[in-house]
Amino acid sequence: MSQMSKIVRTLANITFPFIMIFGLYVIAHGHLTPGGGFQGGAVAASGCIMLLVAYGSAWTYEKIKVSRLSVFESLGALGFIGTAFFGLLFGGYFFNNFLVRTGIIFNVVPETGSTLADFNTAGVLPLMNFAVGVKVIAGLFVIVLVMGLASSVKEWKQ
Amino acid sequence: MSLRTTVAVVMFSILAVILVATAIQLSFGAPMKTEMDDYIINNTQNQTGTNSGVTTIVFDYRGFDTLGEATILFAAVSGVIMIFRKVKK
Repeated sequence: MSQMSKIVRTLANITFPFIMIFGLYVIAHGHLTPGGGFQGGAVAASGCIMLLVAYGSAWTYEKIKVSRLSVFESLGALGFIGTAFFGLLFGGYFFNNFLVRTGIIFNVVPETGSTLADFNTAGVLPLMNFAVGVKVIAGLFVIVLVMGLASSVKEWKQ
Repeated sequence: MSLRTTVAVVMFSILAVILVATAIQLSFGAPMKTEMDDYIINNTQNQTGTNSGVTTIVFDYRGFDTLGEATILFAAVSGVIMIFRKVKK
């Protein structure tokens, strides 16, 4: 993939922040609104992939390393499993929602029925949403980036 | 007709009968009430403190399912990186 025209690059520059903000919003409000880690991560990753397509993989190869993205992907997976193991540590069983009622943050329990959305609810679910979001962003972006590098850049290293 | 065509026709007929029978039996727009639905609707906010029931099911009640999905994504990324790696000759 080589660089695309000036028009495409300018439009990608303009729309990139909005796509990233929307993706991060969907990740952060996964426990209140439709969406979550997977969906918001897919939105944000498609924003990064749009920049990759507009600017070409040789430009992206100078800016970012595949190994760094792999580290973020593994960190997301470790965060997810780590949160589950903290449930085992504090609450007694795997995937226990240990932050509800007893935790420091996200500990508010809403009343049963129709209530207003409060960001400070839901226990460990926002943490898991964040971990999965980081994992999906890095994972989907690294898949497309590695394919682009293998097709166009001759000497690339991880 | 050859044996292969006969088997294919029989299989597709069975599949069509199963699909049509299922579609006829379900009443449109009115899913059956189950105990699981009522349990989740009544207890989600009290037990997990979450307003969104879907997120609760995905990350809390069915957490192992999401763990499997994350593992699948990890395996896909590992496979892609392994396939497109540089091999020294």
